[in-house]
Amino acid sequence: MAIKLTLPLQEDAIDTLRAGDSVLLTGHMLTGRDAAHKRLFALLQKGDSLPVDLRGETIYYVGPAPARPGYAVGPAGPTSSYRMDVYTPALLDLGMKGMVGKGIRSPEVIEAIVRNHAVYFAAIGGAAALIARSIKSERVLCYEDLGTEAVRLLEVENFPAVVAVDCRGNNIYASEPPKFRTYQE
Amino acid sequence: MEVRKIKAEQVTEAVARLFMTCNYEIGDDISRALECFSQKEQSPVGKSVLQQLMENNRIAKEEQIPICQDTGMAVLFVEYGDRVIIEDGCFTQAAQEGVRRAYQEGYLRKSVVSDPVIDRVNTGDNSPAVLYTEIVPGDTIRILAGCKGFGSENMSAIKMLAPAAGLEGVRRFVLDTVFAAGPNPCPPMVVGVGIGGTFDKAAQLAKKATFRSIEQPNPDPRYAALERELLQTINTMGFGPAGLGGTTTALGVNVETFPTHIAGMPVAVNICCHAARHGTVVI
Repeated sequence: MAIKLTLPLQEDAIDTLRAGDSVLLTGHMLTGRDAAHKRLFALLQKGDSLPVDLRGETIYYVGPAPARPGYAVGPAGPTSSYRMDVYTPALLDLGMKGMVGKGIRSPEVIEAIVRNHAVYFAAIGGAAALIARSIKSERVLCYEDLGTEAVRLLEVENFPAVVAVDCRGNNIYASEPPKFRTYQE
Repeated sequence: MEVRKIKAEQVTEAVARLFMTCNYEIGDDISRALECFSQKEQSPVGKSVLQQLMENNRIAKEEQIPICQDTGMAVLFVEYGDRVIIEDGCFTQAAQEGVRRAYQEGYLRKSVVSDPVIDRVNTGDNSPAVLYTEIVPGDTIRILAGCKGFGSENMSAIKMLAPAAGLEGVRRFVLDTVFAAGPNPCPPMVVGVGIGGTFDKAAQLAKKATFRSIEQPNPDPRYAALERELLQTINTMGFGPAGLGGTTTALGVNVETFPTHIAGMPVAVNICCHAARHGTVVI
């Protein structure tokens, strides 16, 4: 059964998570994808401070669709995580603890996850209307000019995800498909 | 020869409706495939993912909200009847306006940036759409359109094979491309394969293949057999729904062909996610 987790993530909670665990996330998370990561990374390279404090936070790789009137948020499923890989180790080294996205990560990101005792969650790509039901509110924190790519603060309740890479470096994208594979490359 | 006059607004409204509907309502072919594969899926996690996708599609249709937050870049294949005249404007502008209207009024995400490399500033209205217009005999305008998400678009590939590579070369390239894409393009995917023509034509055929119903095989039984065989082999790769492992990696493979040069055999593979959103309107 799904493990209920509170955000921001606590160190001892991260420690108990294993790749493959189903989780329900409640609390707040930040959003950020390609363009926001590029800006944050550029600031770090210059030695400047960031407009948001990432320490302890979980970033959701998402660019939501606009909300219809009466909705807290529009459909908001995960985007492919690998595009953030070049920026991610620096953010993890800064103290970011969790990421929510979809798809494989680079060996460098997995090393940084282990080094920083962090976790990478996978949400279901393309289940945007369903996932949006677990997002209770959204507010732009910075980079509003980026539109859907702005950094937002989301309040979530029982947000469904799976532990994809745990703090020991176990990775479901590497471990699960071979169990169902008869294909010869 | 008699001409048929229509207003630009008719085109704009038809295109706007088409893109809103595409984004809110998945095709019956995909719904039936999700249902069918969820019965056969070997992985409990994979089965649960397929059920969540069906639930997601039900919510989207019922509430008229997008199936996926990536409402895509708009692509239109137009067969423009040569006896049609837009009496108060231009077809291309009217169609582009329809895309803008759909994305602005339909609560769809604006995902297009103006300059691809340097500026990358969002155009704010999801324009421009990619528009392929072919002039055909007749007095109607037929538009086949889809919204293409880029999680899967990014996993696509093209190769100029030598004729000697034959059917086995095509097979190998499609499978290698899908295997390399792995869990990233939001499986279970729809694989569009374009064979023949020129470099650009093959890519266009592959895109058009993803806009065809997965229940409608290639009319040539030899290519229909290739479609079935590729689908079966892809589903032994193990990636499964959402890439979390399982026996449902693809829902369908569609092949489109076109005559080509004596020296070549271009093959393009356009990968589409399970939210294969497309539709047709005739004006």
